[in-house]
Amino acid sequence: MLKLDHFEVAVLFALCASAVLGVVTKRTDADRLRYGLVCFGYFILAIFGIGWFMRILHG
Amino acid sequence: MPVTTPAVVESAAPMRSPILVILAAWLVPGSGHFLLGRRGRAAVIFCAVVVAFTIGVAMRGPLFAPAVNGDILSKLIQYGGILGDVANGLLYFIASFAGYGPPDAPGHAADYGSKFIVCAGLLNILGIVDAYEIATRKKD
Repeated sequence: MLKLDHFEVAVLFALCASAVLGVVTKRTDADRLRYGLVCFGYFILAIFGIGWFMRILHG
Repeated sequence: MPVTTPAVVESAAPMRSPILVILAAWLVPGSGHFLLGRRGRAAVIFCAVVVAFTIGVAMRGPLFAPAVNGDILSKLIQYGGILGDVANGLLYFIASFAGYGPPDAPGHAADYGSKFIVCAGLLNILGIVDAYEIATRKKD
């Protein structure tokens, strides 16, 4: 059984989701790549942001 | 006053029946794009869905089953989960027929695994919708 922690799971999900979001949204390959990378960046930003928010919340 | 027309895009995609494209894209992730000549995008969708599904199975995530008892919210979650699972197409059917069905074990790993399988199905739905729009010339 594969054992991954919360962070690893979130990063893998971000990778899969941003790849598909990039592919299905924009018109050119360059725009798709850029959008996929931007989505991935926002996912990572949200992971760290929510992580720190929960840490502060729990004290 | 300018007259607005529906956005129909001229496309170099080969002519395929939208129903065939939807069926193919559902059963094998990315195959809708492949039929329409978008091989690179087909490969990305295929890899993303298969990787997500495989991670879910490797984490022993249980598949959703119809809820017999429970309140309306539980039933909504269960049937939504089934929809997400089935959206994986052949991956779901192969796993089911191969006897994959781990129990709903405590701990975060199985829980994440279950969500990964559902998310793989939802990503495939995005691919299906995109392939349909290309097949109907609504986008390139």
